[in-house]
Amino acid sequence: MAKTKRRSVLKLAGGAAAASMGGMAAILATGRMPAFAQQRTVHWLKWVDFVPASDALLRKEMLPEAEKALGIKINLETVNGNDLQPRVTAGIQSGAGPDLIMAFNNQTYLYANSVVDLTEIAEAVGKAQGGMYKYARAVCSDGKMFMGMPWAVIGGMIAYRKSWFEEVGATKFPETWEQYREVGKKLKAKGRPIGQTLGHTFGDAPGFTYPYLWSWGGMEVDPSGKVIMSSKETLESVKFLQGFWKDAHDEGGLAWDDTNNNRAFLSQTVSATLNGASIYIETLRKPDQYKTEKGAPMHTDILHSPLPKGPAGQFGFHLLQSHMLMKYSKNQDPAKEFLKWIHTEKNFEKWFVSQKGFATPCTEKWEGHKVWTDDPVMAPFKVAARLGQAPGHAGPPNAKAAEALSKYIITDMYAKAVQGMPAEAAVKWADGELKKIYV
Amino acid sequence: MAVTALAAAEGKRPSARLRRLEDERWLAFALLTPTAVLLGLFIAYPFVEGVLLSLSSARVGDPGHFVGLKNFHKIWNDSIFHTTVWNTFWYTGVTTVFKLALGLWLALLLNRHFRGKAIIRAFILLPFIIPTVLSTFAWKWMFDPTFSVINGTLFQLGLITTRINWLGDPDLAMTSIIIINIWRGVPFFAITLLAGLQTISPELHEAAAIDGARPWARFWHVTWPLLMPVTLVVVLFSVIQTFADFQLVYVMTGGGPANATHLFATYAYQLGIGTGLLAEGAAISLAMFPFLFIIVVVQLLYIRRVETR
Repeated sequence: MAKTKRRSVLKLAGGAAAASMGGMAAILATGRMPAFAQQRTVHWLKWVDFVPASDALLRKEMLPEAEKALGIKINLETVNGNDLQPRVTAGIQSGAGPDLIMAFNNQTYLYANSVVDLTEIAEAVGKAQGGMYKYARAVCSDGKMFMGMPWAVIGGMIAYRKSWFEEVGATKFPETWEQYREVGKKLKAKGRPIGQTLGHTFGDAPGFTYPYLWSWGGMEVDPSGKVIMSSKETLESVKFLQGFWKDAHDEGGLAWDDTNNNRAFLSQTVSATLNGASIYIETLRKPDQYKTEKGAPMHTDILHSPLPKGPAGQFGFHLLQSHMLMKYSKNQDPAKEFLKWIHTEKNFEKWFVSQKGFATPCTEKWEGHKVWTDDPVMAPFKVAARLGQAPGHAGPPNAKAAEALSKYIITDMYAKAVQGMPAEAAVKWADGELKKIYV
Repeated sequence: MAVTALAAAEGKRPSARLRRLEDERWLAFALLTPTAVLLGLFIAYPFVEGVLLSLSSARVGDPGHFVGLKNFHKIWNDSIFHTTVWNTFWYTGVTTVFKLALGLWLALLLNRHFRGKAIIRAFILLPFIIPTVLSTFAWKWMFDPTFSVINGTLFQLGLITTRINWLGDPDLAMTSIIIINIWRGVPFFAITLLAGLQTISPELHEAAAIDGARPWARFWHVTWPLLMPVTLVVVLFSVIQTFADFQLVYVMTGGGPANATHLFATYAYQLGIGTGLLAEGAAISLAMFPFLFIIVVVQLLYIRRVETR
């Protein structure tokens, strides 16, 4: 029998392939993939929205529309917010990954060397939509370039049970920390504590600890960047929280991530918690599932309030989301086209309305939108972006501030103290950690 | 017939390349090359890269420059790193002792004859077979601060009046992850030790019994010494795996509360991948190396002594 050699088989197969489609040789000669593989695509990585309807809207309606309008296929991938940063690092180091990645807060500064300047798009959107809030500008731009395209602010307000507060004599939400502690004490005595996370999680933990610190007059650094954490004000804030935690809080909060407090509130084990509006929106969506102990739909018993005042004033720190266009991306032009498209008023409005107030846009024009008047319970969120203060205050929200935030130093200081570490030692620890960053 | 076949084979001499393989040195080289290449590519190269990274000031998106041992100096003075070192040793030590004790106990039980032995043996392996992340998520729910089924059960039984804060209290959080690691690791010990037990000839036990040895004496003077080499190898594997554990802690606590459960791998990940301080992350994972190296060398020396005894 004639021998069949491996090479002859390959030659034969190659010949057949060449005959049918021009052959591998033709592809190699032009250095390009055949035309059918050349559809423009953009890989977009964002968090799993706490308002599931918005992700569904993007997938089912808006992205197919974008594909039709721009000829660009958008591959949307959603991951837990805590997993975004690892993906950015992996992408930058390997030089391949999603084209557009969602960043939280001033994370943009950590990746400034690896992203494309989006000033042109950001300024155009700002100009067309009533001007960009100072907060969004500070967090996304270092003054030279926009490292991320501001997307939205997830306002953090305290969601609380109106009737339970009234039962302990609070007809309106407490205005100061002292008042909140008194009310909380009574609530906890009735088995309805305040729920607050002090865990390693991106949103609700720093969303509470940073403004809490500021409201007492504590600061990480002064405007020149000198660490001034170890101060009388910081120490007082820590001491107060030690008592406040024991008196009024659900002590399980030390282990919570951003979803635990939602579940605790919805299952009626806590009476109040700092959160985005996702709890309220969930109760609106499923009125039959979430009911009060008296049988009324729970959404009729939820109100929102900003964090109380401290000796130095009242502050908020809201999760600002932006999209970074990565330098390694081979699809920078389509990605920019897509950003322009989704930020047009007509398109962005669809998404914004689906959020029902959970997200506040980064430009001022939207303050007049009917989303805020349709439902008065959502009204406090309207100005979240206007009142927010950036991490690293009173210094700039630069890479060092972002590093301190990523390391959960402020949150851990409070967590250590409520776990029993003396307040002085906890403050000293945080001061030492910050000094290692701000060298 | 046989003669002609032989003649034909002789007539067709193997090629020069093949003849060279008849030399044992060349054959050994040829057989070892694939392994050496794989080890070089996937172990040695990343290791060297890791060392270089730890000596630089690299951050994400910035290759950095050579800074000598600065990163090691920095982590040496880092209080979270101190906690991490202590946590890792505590976690590895406690889990290994429990896994060995429970695994051995289970192996001795499984070594007896009873109905449904094969099925039970298969089921025992389940915790080891289920992907760690999946089973850890189930445990996460069981230890959930608000909805813990463990707390619920204890409460129903009237054993507790307030919730136990499994993952919020630093000591309990550590205890929780230790429990899960033991749960996951016992089957590995049990099945491997069972295999070891089955190689021990029953005649030895019979002889000891005839000499009047009671069960405990038979275990201590017959089973245990003969099982020692297998035990040491299992412990070695387990220590290496536990020391470098990541998935379990990452899923359960992310290193919290307030860094109380960070191990080498999770802290290196938080700094290197989370915060983007690649060089410091590399320094932390490399800091694991000398500890592991000493543990492994001591154990291997001990194994050799036991085997040559």
